Amino acid sequence: MAQPTAAADVVIETRGLAKQYRGTLAVDGIDLRVPRGSVFGFLGPNGSGKTTTIRMLMGLIAPTAGTARVLDRPMPRAARAVLPRVGALIEGPALYGFLSGRDNLVRYDSADPTADPRTRAARVDAALDRVGLAAASGKKAKAYSLGMKQRLGLAAALLQPRELLVLDEPTNGLDPQGMREIRALVRELAADGTTVFLSSHLLDEIEQVCTHAAVMARGRLITQGPVEELAAGTHGRLAVTGPDPAEARRVLAGFGVTGLTADGDRVTGDLPADPAAVPDLAEINAALVAAGVRVRGFGRERASLEDAFVALTGEGFDVAG
Amino acid sequence: MSRAEPAAGRREQPATVETQDHATGPEARPAAGAARPPRWHWTLGLFRSELVTVFRRRRTMALCAVLAGVPLLVGVAVRIETRGGGSVGGGGRGDAGPAFIEQVSNNGLFLTFAGLAATLPFFLPMAVGVVAGDAVAGEAGGGTLRYLLVAPAGRSRLLLAKYASVLVFCLAATLVAAVSALIVGFALFPVGDVTTLSGTSIPLSEGMLRALLIALLVAASLVGIAALGLFVSTVTDSGIGAMATTVGLLITVQIVDNIPQLHAVQPYLFTHYWLSFADILRDPVTWTAIGRNLGLQALYAAVFGSAAWARFTSRDITA
Ligand SMILES: Nc1ncnc2c1ncn2[C@@H]1O[C@H](COP(=O)(O)OP(=O)(O)OP(=O)(O)O)[C@@H](O)[C@H]1O
Ligand SMILES: [Mg+2]
Repeated sequence: MAQPTAAADVVIETRGLAKQYRGTLAVDGIDLRVPRGSVFGFLGPNGSGKTTTIRMLMGLIAPTAGTARVLDRPMPRAARAVLPRVGALIEGPALYGFLSGRDNLVRYDSADPTADPRTRAARVDAALDRVGLAAASGKKAKAYSLGMKQRLGLAAALLQPRELLVLDEPTNGLDPQGMREIRALVRELAADGTTVFLSSHLLDEIEQVCTHAAVMARGRLITQGPVEELAAGTHGRLAVTGPDPAEARRVLAGFGVTGLTADGDRVTGDLPADPAAVPDLAEINAALVAAGVRVRGFGRERASLEDAFVALTGEGFDVAG
Repeated sequence: MSRAEPAAGRREQPATVETQDHATGPEARPAAGAARPPRWHWTLGLFRSELVTVFRRRRTMALCAVLAGVPLLVGVAVRIETRGGGSVGGGGRGDAGPAFIEQVSNNGLFLTFAGLAATLPFFLPMAVGVVAGDAVAGEAGGGTLRYLLVAPAGRSRLLLAKYASVLVFCLAATLVAAVSALIVGFALFPVGDVTTLSGTSIPLSEGMLRALLIALLVAASLVGIAALGLFVSTVTDSGIGAMATTVGLLITVQIVDNIPQLHAVQPYLFTHYWLSFADILRDPVTWTAIGRNLGLQALYAAVFGSAAWARFTSRDITA
């Protein structure tokens, strides 16, 4: 409210948000900023605090410290005003097994006091249609497959037009076709102006759809920003594939390439950090040929988010002990 | 995420229709935060949805079947006992509940009283304990609670809807037992003027009215355990655990209520005045014990209702 212009383009803003469960500090003072209109990837290994953060944002659990604002209103205080404008899928879908898929949606829609009962049937139909479940909507939810449950959970999040969608690992349990459909759906929603906040531990999934990303590890927010910037912070590696890895190594070392590692017939190394010192790749290639190194593949590999993650944390993408 | 082709087709064809839909249809974009102001009566949707969810569970149906079966069993047993004529040589325990059984063979309406007296000590409160205990804990354990809360149902509103639907179940369960007893009684036994516990005679029509009043009092007797069960339900994430705890408390209270040495606490036990409904069958009706029962139920509802509210509105939903 204090800065209307600045606040208007941020849909989620936390300050020092922290959550301590009895023993563990699940979330450790994070300052998260999610710009309006972005597809925001919330990354982190298992147990890094993603779901805990989302639960705090949705007012399900109270923070131990810090504040959270969602759609420019404080949470959990303004939950009744904020949540009708937010669709959420939190830690997988949860359904009433003895109700049909359609009746599950009717139940969740009835729980929203801002949902007009006269248009309920139309809303439910539209949501079922959107996730491709229209044909199976009469089936009892306990007879649904994991992917169908996931779709129904998504349908519940899409019952109303939302300003913000919070999706906690939405592609969990989906077949490749289903994953593609989710990505298409996310892009479609984003094109409509919905901000999508997407948690995942699948780095390439984030890379494919997200405009922005944040990385969590052990409850701390390590970095956040536009995806290109995150990946650009890390240099790509030079890779040479061929039957003479030892020779290739020697040539590359001559050009100041560091951190050389050989993996079978593939040699990779880091180009010098100083842009002025980076040699022309054509020169390196010519030198390799001149040295009689047989080359099958040669080139600079684009830094992936995984590289960025490893560079940031100095560790792999594993569960912290 | 409908399959690519049909989705594209769908979106293109009704494009013209969709433009007018924008004003009122479900696809309407939220123009501002206040685009969808709630109406007060929309809130009843949650209560209705709760009722549907309670009554469509197979468990609820099974409980109702048991409640309908008890009077049937009692009726058939009495009928077999008295086939040779004469009346049941029952316990003859004064004017306490089971005594009604003696009159059943003379007047089928008494099966309603006997049926309620037989189900009130255990079957009815057990059914209510199961439904109330499961109300919040079952949804927490199943994970559906978090989706109701982000819908957003609102914690107080959801708890109120749940308590209201448990109370409706109290009434429905009592009526199931009463109506079953009424039907069985009328089918198996002669029916006529009702002899009250005071020895006077009242016409059948008035006897029926008093039976209805008794059913309502029995339902009201369950208000306390409903609140207790709801409170237990807000404490745990395990539906089964909450049901077992509530039924366990019921049994404990019943036992304590029957130990003479513990008479000091007995007037505060929610089961203590349960059989006061028999006073309706006196002429004139005496209201003291009935009033105490209703007051005690209201007290339990207030105490455990507030405790449930305090717990539920402040707790972390981590399941
Ligand atoms: N209800 C709880 N009680 C105690 N500790 C918890 C609870 N929920 C989570 N934790 C702990 O908090 C930490 C963060 O958990 P969280 O579920 O937020 O991780 P996550 O990033 O969502 O992981 P995943 O990718 O596996 O979903 C973990 O160490 C976990 O053990
Ligand atoms: Mg998680």
